[in-house]
Amino acid sequence: MDIKKGIIDGDRIALAKLITMAEDGKKEAMDIIKELYHRTGNAYLIGITGPPGVGKSTLTAKLARAYSGLGKKIGIIACDPTSPYTGGAILGDRIRMQELFTDPNIFIRSMGSRGHLGGLSRGTRVAVRIMDIFGMDYIFIETVGVGQSEVEIADTADTTIMVLAPGLGDDIQAMKAGIMEIGDIFVVNKADREGAEKTAREIDTMLDFNEKSTWRPKVIMTVAQDNKGINDVLHAIEEHMKYIKDSGIFASKRKEHIKEEILELATQNIMSEIMTGLSKEELLGIVDKVAKREIDPYSASIDIIKPIKGGIQK
Amino acid sequence: MLSKDEIDKIKRAREEWEEKSVSKTISRFPERKPKFATDSGIVVKRVYTPEDLQGQDYLNDIGFPGEYPYTRGVQPTMYRGRFWTMRQYAGFGDAEESNVRYKYLLSQGQTGLSIAFDLPTQIGYDSDHPLAEGEVGKVGVAISSLADMEVLFDGIPLDKVSTSMTINAPAAILLAMYIAVAEKQGVPMDKLDGTIQNDILKEYVARGTYIFPPAPSMRLITDIFEFCSKNVPNWNTISISGYHIREAGATAVQEVAFTLADGIAYVDAAIKAGLDVDEFAPRLSFFFNAHNNLFQEVAKFRAARRLWAKIMKERFNAKNPKSWQLRFHTQTGGSTLTAQQPDNNIVRVTLQALEAVLGGTQSLHTNSRDEALSLPTEDSVRIALRTQQIIAYESGAADTVDPLAGSYYVEALTDEIEKRAMEYIKKIDDLGGAPKAIEKGYIQKEIQDAAYEYQKAVESGEIVVVGMNKFQIEEEPPKNLLKVDPAVAEKQKARLARLKSERDNNRVKEALSGVEKAAKGEENLMPYIIEAVKAYATLGEVCDVLRSVFGVYQESVIL
Amino acid sequence: MDRPIRVLVAKPGLDGHDRGAKVIARAFRDAGMEVIYTGLRQTPEQIVEAAIQEDVDVVALSILSGAHNTLLPKVVQLLKEKGAGDKLVVGGGVIPPDDIPYLKSQGIAEIFTPGTPTSESIEFIKSHVRVEA
Ligand code: B12
Ligand SMILES: Nc1nc2c(ncn2[C@@H]2O[C@H](COP(=O)(O)OP(=O)(O)OP(=O)(O)O)[C@@H](O)[C@H]2O)c(=O)[nH]1
Ligand SMILES: [Mg+2]
Repeated sequence: MDIKKGIIDGDRIALAKLITMAEDGKKEAMDIIKELYHRTGNAYLIGITGPPGVGKSTLTAKLARAYSGLGKKIGIIACDPTSPYTGGAILGDRIRMQELFTDPNIFIRSMGSRGHLGGLSRGTRVAVRIMDIFGMDYIFIETVGVGQSEVEIADTADTTIMVLAPGLGDDIQAMKAGIMEIGDIFVVNKADREGAEKTAREIDTMLDFNEKSTWRPKVIMTVAQDNKGINDVLHAIEEHMKYIKDSGIFASKRKEHIKEEILELATQNIMSEIMTGLSKEELLGIVDKVAKREIDPYSASIDIIKPIKGGIQK
Repeated sequence: MLSKDEIDKIKRAREEWEEKSVSKTISRFPERKPKFATDSGIVVKRVYTPEDLQGQDYLNDIGFPGEYPYTRGVQPTMYRGRFWTMRQYAGFGDAEESNVRYKYLLSQGQTGLSIAFDLPTQIGYDSDHPLAEGEVGKVGVAISSLADMEVLFDGIPLDKVSTSMTINAPAAILLAMYIAVAEKQGVPMDKLDGTIQNDILKEYVARGTYIFPPAPSMRLITDIFEFCSKNVPNWNTISISGYHIREAGATAVQEVAFTLADGIAYVDAAIKAGLDVDEFAPRLSFFFNAHNNLFQEVAKFRAARRLWAKIMKERFNAKNPKSWQLRFHTQTGGSTLTAQQPDNNIVRVTLQALEAVLGGTQSLHTNSRDEALSLPTEDSVRIALRTQQIIAYESGAADTVDPLAGSYYVEALTDEIEKRAMEYIKKIDDLGGAPKAIEKGYIQKEIQDAAYEYQKAVESGEIVVVGMNKFQIEEEPPKNLLKVDPAVAEKQKARLARLKSERDNNRVKEALSGVEKAAKGEENLMPYIIEAVKAYATLGEVCDVLRSVFGVYQESVIL
Repeated sequence: MDRPIRVLVAKPGLDGHDRGAKVIARAFRDAGMEVIYTGLRQTPEQIVEAAIQEDVDVVALSILSGAHNTLLPKVVQLLKEKGAGDKLVVGGGVIPPDDIPYLKSQGIAEIFTPGTPTSESIEFIKSHVRVEA
């Protein structure tokens, strides 16, 4: 099938296939994306992050449904951890989004992290670009949610929503530094549970001590499961969008993200250059030498990038 | 209880025996496995001795049948008085067809009915709902309205049989229909005898026919408790089920623990709803599984009985001895039965049925040999029923009460299962009780882990399933399996269309708005539901009203 | 390059038997696949949409409710209608042998019945899926 044409014509199968090819690092995919790159830049990117099980997927589903009701086109990228041992993964976010399966405005893609650290999957960024090309108005990115610092999302999304839930007291303390910087909006989900107000107040207080920028993040309580508080979140997103656009932050943020992206791609390129210039046997040979203490790993690492270094200088 | 001296003597003798005889034998003939254990991870020792019963106090911990803590059974004479109720779960096709099957079973000496409904009925959809396509009458009987229910029990006197209905989320509606049919037969509510499963918590974790979220579901349940305690005094208002939990993959210990944790949640909810514990608790009943490990399963029943008695007396301060008694139905373990060499299943079922009898069950369903192939044929059901009858009439197993009591092994297992189940219940208490533990996915995860472990053990050959992963033969594909007539769906649709055109639709509308109002408020829903079904409002219509007020449940899965 | 096989494990219809589906989902994961589980009570339309969006290589349907002859062919037919007929569709559960030839004629590649080791279905998938290198 002609994927490029499919993408332009709004064919969802083409969209799905292009994401697969790009995630797998296929050259054909990158060629198409390069050609269509000029179409990107229109989608608004919303990151959804927070500890495991707080309701990220449920909230995403409800927000997507609300936007779909307004006639918007929505992409959702849901990341889950890949087992480092088997390479397998259970991608479990979609199960909370059952009600969206047949909504023609919504496209959901689950991705295994495939060894990528930082809270996103290996193919997340490129999938975002593809959905952007496809014409999505909003793209939601749900992070892996392993509870560690998932800072990468803030370098990818325009608005990042930090989702928390009551009864995470210690976790919040522990994440304090990290989360305060990441969140543009704070959602205390599961507000039907005891202690939600207390959690919301705690966060509010922490935010008071954290007046670094002129944007003061809102703290919103939701019961995502029952569709409560969803409109408040939606309004907060729109408000934050307006704020960053009016203040010029949007443009600089996007540039910053592009920089991150270029650097990340460059890193990937260098790695793959190294790996193509180096056979498995050669690499094992070097490893052996280090293991036998014939050379040290620091010098070895310089040695293996020498061929590329030459290339770059040229 | 033996004195400390005597125990010490036994201990020394045992150690000597181990040093001399055992080690000599083992050095020449090693044992089959380095470690023997049950599915619950309980390590099984080479022999059990009085040492294993050291802490046990006969009068307090074992006692006599019909007396607290009921370790030996809930009635003083048990099967010397009357055998357990032989109750085969059955139903398929439409009401007419199932009616014929029930009459056949009763004519064969079955002593109670057990109704299986099809999935649309269990999930609150009429036979003409789009989601019912392909499912009508497939795994149970299709009941969409009182008209169907009238046909189902035609010629079966409801004051003479006890009827168990496996119905959960819409239990109130089917009970209402049963009450209405009885009334037409001239049988008043207080003469009705039977059970509705009505156990929503295990639907969320193991069985899957939920409709509404937990809170309104619990309210429906406590409404039934209240209504029946006043109007249908002989009705078992709930059958708190471990059967399905075990079938979903749980171990024996988990079966006991999760079932009793669910039981605790229902008692809590009813008390919170303002009911007096001794008013409803005597009508609580239970439903357990009988898997293959003979002694563990017998011990499991005894442990469950003792643990529940303690919970009711100590935790809930129940005063009525009937509130302390755990009465239960048993079904043999479907998932232990194989598609390969299906006749072997008859043997498995025999062992499992014996366990239930040795464990003091009140009623029993024996699975058929074609369990893993399709719904059972009439021949297979007959053999399954005969299995029970042979145990009852020929084996002598029913002639004395709790015959395995005093076995060092069985008593030790009983203690161990109780202890381990209690640990789980504590953990669930810490999570905030069964509903919270379910919401967090804790119970589901525990069950799935056990199911996966079992699967891996079977595939590695660590667990032997005769005829399936060992002792296989070349087999012909099975013949003469039961097939449900696909015309059932069309017949049902036509019947529904006729009903909707013939009934008084104004009365239906009024009755449904009565249900809606009651659902939004706090009144007991039962009288409104009875009025609606009598007006021939359909099951789907009543459920739609409730769905619109209560919302629907979303499963919480963590794989 | 080597990439994981993507599988959608789905429960069509009103069937609540999910023990087998969850077991095979885990087994597939442990065999290095990326597994998306839909949860219970999925219509063929929902299953097909999910399969398309996730661009899975395999649609794995588990059904023990006896509604297989209605629901499984419908999934294949809808996949074809929507231009996603290239996916491998396999099924499993309590399915009488008599029905298997019909299901295969409708495009279900293979049916795995009770007692089949998960390794067998994994082998089948690995040898039939078209994951281009
Ligand atoms: C366990 C069980 C239950 C449990 C389910 C627990 C759960 N959460 O899953 C409980 C007790 C709740 C239950 C309830 C019912 N059950 Co039931 N149940 C069974 C039983 C005994 C075993 C199924 C099982 O889980 N086996 C273990 C797993 C690991 O095996 P499996 O699912 O077969 O999967 C293996 C293979 O089939 C294959 N496989 C399966 N799916 C797939 C998918 C793919 C893609 C692949 C590759 C492979 C694959 O691989 C697996 C590993 O080997 C079967 C009979 C039997 N022995 O098979 C009846 C059976 C399926 N149940 C049956 C019925 C009728 C019901 C009820 C509908 C009864 C009623 N009227 O209420 C209820 C309602 C359930 C519902 N909501 O849908 C009937 C179905 C009849 C039919 N199809 O014609 C059966 C066949 C019993 C019978 N003979 O009457 N049941
Ligand atoms: N009580 C309550 N439960 C909720 C609410 N929202 C979601 N849940 C439940 O919380 C559980 C987890 O929800 P998910 O949406 O999967 O959470 P998540 O953060 O995406 O989880 P991971 O992706 O696994 O980290 C599910 O059982 C939801 O049904 C809510 O508002 N209140
Ligand atoms: Mg999630």
